[in-house]
Amino acid sequence: MIVAEKKPIEEIIEEIKDYKKILIAGCNECVTVCEAGGKKEVGVLASALRMYFINNGKKMEIDEVTLERQCDHEYLEEIRNQIGQYDAVVSLACGVGVQFMAEKYRRIPIYPGVNTSFMGVTEERGVWTERCQGCGQCILARTASICPISRCAKRLLNGPCGGSTNGKCEISKDLDCAWQLIIDRLKELNRLDDYEKLLPIKDWSTERAGGPRKVVREDVRL
Amino acid sequence: MKTESVLEKILAAGHLAVTSECGPPRGALPEKVKEKAEMLRGYVDAINVTDNQTAVVRMSSLSACILIKQLGLDPILQMVTRDRNRLAMQSDILGAYAHGINNMLCLSGDHPCFGDHPMAANVYDLDSMQLIQVVRKMRDEGRFQGGDEIENPPKMFIGAAANPFADPFELRAIRLAKKVKAGVDFIQTQCIYNIDKFGKWMKEICERGLNEKVSILAGITPLKSAGMANYMRNKVPGMDVPEELVKRMAGVPKKDQADEGIKICLETIEQLKTMEGIRGFHIMAIEWEQKVPEIVERAGLLPRPQV
Repeated sequence: MIVAEKKPIEEIIEEIKDYKKILIAGCNECVTVCEAGGKKEVGVLASALRMYFINNGKKMEIDEVTLERQCDHEYLEEIRNQIGQYDAVVSLACGVGVQFMAEKYRRIPIYPGVNTSFMGVTEERGVWTERCQGCGQCILARTASICPISRCAKRLLNGPCGGSTNGKCEISKDLDCAWQLIIDRLKELNRLDDYEKLLPIKDWSTERAGGPRKVVREDVRL
Repeated sequence: MKTESVLEKILAAGHLAVTSECGPPRGALPEKVKEKAEMLRGYVDAINVTDNQTAVVRMSSLSACILIKQLGLDPILQMVTRDRNRLAMQSDILGAYAHGINNMLCLSGDHPCFGDHPMAANVYDLDSMQLIQVVRKMRDEGRFQGGDEIENPPKMFIGAAANPFADPFELRAIRLAKKVKAGVDFIQTQCIYNIDKFGKWMKEICERGLNEKVSILAGITPLKSAGMANYMRNKVPGMDVPEELVKRMAGVPKKDQADEGIKICLETIEQLKTMEGIRGFHIMAIEWEQKVPEIVERAGLLPRPQV
């Protein structure tokens, strides 16, 4: 899933303070799972903002909505009839949702309510960690299903570096060395011989380096 | 001979090679580079020039190398893959060779979080093993990484680092084997204080026959004080300073600790001289560069061979 973190409320207040009526729009997908932008967080943010503006003697009307997804036309269409009455929207979806809503509703300012962080997993309740950087050319078959691009601080394809200590990364004792994980798993799979092979120089053109990416599937197009 | 490198010739002739290093200044101060390099004249065969070491901005390794080359000394261009992509690195290699620089050391580099710009983007278009492959391809095939032909390809004597003390220990020799496969010519090791552990690594290297394929220069750093020994033991990742060495340093009065450090370093060199697979020494005297000539002399490594 896409993992996001709530923005500090002060930052949101700064963006919306001059409006009179705003909509806070949550998303029922990833940001709900990582507890940053689902229905619950929409409610909490709306209450906190109402309280702030009341305490500061300012009239501000704040409504709430949570869409099934903000990265699909069909769900964004659900608010077409009501969105016109607002001065602005604070979207608690990831950056994808914020942008897609802005593309659809061109005359209304849409503000991000979260910082979109990474593609990752829920390691345990309240702890999310990165697993993928979407490089566009998956190499997991060569690295015991552990991604050094997203999990090694230097994205080394032939690690570990000299800073690996007791299984931890040199940049933090709380961070596993991705290459130690790869080696441990290769051992478990009885495939340590694979470690002796050099991983080839990567073609980064399928990553961000190649420009904004697009997938077109003629077979599923309407 | 793969290159015109003096270092390659010295190693090929079977001499013990001696290298040291020069960290470029944090300012546009050519005199500082020349001073540090001049101090080493006649005592070492080549001088490593670090590339934004510990991720702190300094004068570029390439320009400091050119200054050193202009003095008639032989620099080793250190290059980390942290700061530049494959275009920038290959163009710097062409530039270096155009100035007569023919030694390189390929590294991944410390993470920016350790340096003076922790907010910087890091590049890592290549890793150190891939940089070795690129430099070798430029030299042996006369082609850029992208495949195009190079006019007058740069002939670099290719070095890399090895840390026999980093984890996981059982894979350190395999890791060196990968660098050899990538095409490395010489290796400079992490500073050696734990000779037993280093010996175990070296034995495995020799059993795999890697010592026949790559020249290993043992990394030597004199301890200046008990405090430094302690710091290296506890604070530097991938460094192995045995407790008895810290005790030995602490056991002498403070004013004699520097001498004790030099003594330890000379004993280490003496022990390593006879170890199978050792082809020379890389002496890194951190903030103590002026001691290198004395160490080389007292270790019986003078005069440096003329080849």
